[in-house]
Amino acid sequence: MGEIEIILPQASVEAGSTDGKLLGLIIISSLITLLVAGLVGIFAIRYRKGSKASRGRLPAWFDSDLELGWTLATGGLFVAIFAWAASQDFALAVPPQRATEIHAVGKQWMWKIEHPGGQREINELHVPVGETVDLVLNSQDVIHSFYIPAFRLKQDVVPGHTTRMRIRPTRTGTYRLFCAEYCGSEHSAMIGRVVVLSKEAYADWLSIQPEGGDLSSEGRQLFVSRGCAGCHEGSSKVRAPRLEGVFGGPVPLADGRTVMADDAYIRDSILQPKKDVVAGFEPIMPSFSGALDEGELVALTAYIRSLGRRDATATGGTP
Amino acid sequence: MSDIPFRDVDLEEDEAGESTAEANYLEERFSLWSWLTTTDHKRIGILYLISTTFFFFIGGAAAVLIRLELFTPAGDLLTDDGYNKVFTLHGVVMVWFFLVPVIPSVLGNFLIPLMLGAKDLAFPKLNLASWYLNIIGGGFAVWAMLAGGVDTGWTFYTPYSTAFANSHVSLTAIGVFISGFSTIATGVNMIVTVHTMRPAGMGWFRMPLFVWAIYATSLIMLLSTPVLAIVLTLLVTERLLGLGIFNPEYGGDPILFQHLFWFYSHPAVYIMILPGMGVVTEVITCFARRRVFGYKAMVYALLAIAVIGFFVWGHHMFTSGQSMYASLTFSFLSFIVAVPSAIKVFNWTATLYRGQITFEASMLYAMGFVGLFTMGGLTGLFLASVPVDLHMHDTYFVVAHFHYIMVGGMVSAFFAGLHFWWPKITGRMYPETAARIAAMLMFFGFNLTFFPQFILGNIGMPRRYHAYPDEFQVWHVLSSAGAVILAAAYLMPLFYLGWSLIWGRKAGRNPWRAHGLEWQTTSPPPKHNFLTNPDVSGDVYAYHPRRNPRDE
Repeated sequence: MGEIEIILPQASVEAGSTDGKLLGLIIISSLITLLVAGLVGIFAIRYRKGSKASRGRLPAWFDSDLELGWTLATGGLFVAIFAWAASQDFALAVPPQRATEIHAVGKQWMWKIEHPGGQREINELHVPVGETVDLVLNSQDVIHSFYIPAFRLKQDVVPGHTTRMRIRPTRTGTYRLFCAEYCGSEHSAMIGRVVVLSKEAYADWLSIQPEGGDLSSEGRQLFVSRGCAGCHEGSSKVRAPRLEGVFGGPVPLADGRTVMADDAYIRDSILQPKKDVVAGFEPIMPSFSGALDEGELVALTAYIRSLGRRDATATGGTP
Repeated sequence: MSDIPFRDVDLEEDEAGESTAEANYLEERFSLWSWLTTTDHKRIGILYLISTTFFFFIGGAAAVLIRLELFTPAGDLLTDDGYNKVFTLHGVVMVWFFLVPVIPSVLGNFLIPLMLGAKDLAFPKLNLASWYLNIIGGGFAVWAMLAGGVDTGWTFYTPYSTAFANSHVSLTAIGVFISGFSTIATGVNMIVTVHTMRPAGMGWFRMPLFVWAIYATSLIMLLSTPVLAIVLTLLVTERLLGLGIFNPEYGGDPILFQHLFWFYSHPAVYIMILPGMGVVTEVITCFARRRVFGYKAMVYALLAIAVIGFFVWGHHMFTSGQSMYASLTFSFLSFIVAVPSAIKVFNWTATLYRGQITFEASMLYAMGFVGLFTMGGLTGLFLASVPVDLHMHDTYFVVAHFHYIMVGGMVSAFFAGLHFWWPKITGRMYPETAARIAAMLMFFGFNLTFFPQFILGNIGMPRRYHAYPDEFQVWHVLSSAGAVILAAAYLMPLFYLGWSLIWGRKAGRNPWRAHGLEWQTTSPPPKHNFLTNPDVSGDVYAYHPRRNPRDE
């Protein structure tokens, strides 16, 4: 798949923009450092003890005006840098209409990747160039951090939370994938590769992967085998909410709140069913915390998503 | 000495009359017991000097192991667990048992009463107790190390530390917890001393800036350290009793730990730099023979850093999944807290203008401090910028940044202060040439060690890696080479300062012709500091008449 490049390439939408900020900061801070070091050096030589340099009376403005001047100047400069850096968050934060969702689970000490079509990889992530991919990140044990230096992006992967990182690769190639948050003995071995392929090559790659069954059909099997279907489906005697059409829409809760049925909500409802009880239902569902691993949770969530509104989230892969 | 209306301190004539009625504090009693039960702030300062030096070399030995391991990409010197334990030890020992106590408790202890013309700190027994708490806490940390070590990193992130680490987390956390009370006690002691023991005639805005710096530091110590105690208690509770606080398995939230930890640890960063700023101000004014530029601005800058420093902790968590708006708020405040630091740098620089500058070792350290602190501070702006931090967070860029502040800044400042007040503490002069060589070697070795780490971070090398891909090696080799020089430079003072204790020239009261009250007493000072009341009528920075730098 090609060698890792020594010079860090710019391989995402963010990379160029972040490098621009970085370059700006390097220039500004080099100038300030040179100014300070230069003045210290010049004064040290010019005003060394006994030198001939004049040390006449200082004008009255020397103290207070100078102080006020550089306080305002540095304050203004720093706020300007802040605004410039912050503008990137706003400029690049516009949510696109469609995004392929790829799930990644961190566990000591590997990354397990699951594509929407069911294709799986370990410590490798294949993505198409020029498309937006939402990485949906979960951890099975401790905090990890999904870091792709060539994309200038990282996102912590926190147990108990679902975090997301949007990547927009702009350049084909093979790039480093690191775990950036210390996670135990083999933290430094938790590294992998991100392979950015052309769209055609990505389609080819997807098609030659072994049939893993797609995620939602795997989730369907779990839905039955773990007993979810017993209550949430068909003519069960226990009253539980039906899940068809739920995903992607608002859900009224027993305590009067309304939540959006997104990945995090589905996940929480499986692990902590008493947290957000749907209006009109009793909190009788047991927690599946510990009974399902992260991969199974992802599959179940994918299945419930597939029951959801057709227009809500378009999952890029073909089911 | 041509100016007429101006009264300079020239106490050299007193040196002949050094014979005093009272023995100096070192010779007052000799037994080990007299040292271990002393309530004399000067002797307690010496006890802290010994204990912090001990911890500095333990932490330094760990740093040497880290740099040796990273010389090659393969993890071939230490096992992965061994490496993880070594960098954890380095962080824990250096932060809590060296950097936090080193200036406040060694130099602060020794100097605050002298600078205020007082006999001792407000609570001498509490002062001794705080030293014992510090070494008991350090004892736990060393015990944990000898028992097999701890591998969580100094940040103790959950749930790794509470549910996954198979090492002595609780023991270490208890050690840090105990030493926290030492920090709080020192903070209380300093605050009360400054409030109640200033001599008549020394108003708040006539105090030396070193006293102001210790005062501002003490406020942070007092207000932030309890949060550390809380978070460590919760951590140990979860680890030992399985109570769900941070571990999502039991309904906890790992991010809560980060908020609590950084709510302490970011202010603690300022505990580890403000005292250094105080030292450098005293040294630069003395050797430039200049009044400090903008005294009041320097005071307000210290206080502003102390206050705003409490509101920036979230900049450690840009990648944790916190909302973009929270990140931007913390980013903005982090840029704001940099302004007072910049003011201080410019004021030190302006203090040199039209001075009569000499280059004693402490001045070299202080000038090194200004440069390295500037670089450390400016690279902080990189990390305060959200998009840049998303790339740099948890890479060697961060490692380089905080070492520029902590080592380039604080350790340089400590050496500046140690050399500056060494004659006062011991009554002896150190050998100037050796000290100048050590100072320059330290500056050079430091930059060679840590500058390549900025580049490593920039090309994506994550921190806390035991082994690493080949493309990073060249920078690691440079860094390890620098560390060898740095290690040699840190060992040098041990020898020449030790030598000076016996063979050093007698210092006299005021070898630098400096203006603080501490220079009005003998060197070393008598047990109760001053035989006659010190003269507080002079300005501590009156190195020349106002607005009129002198031709000497």
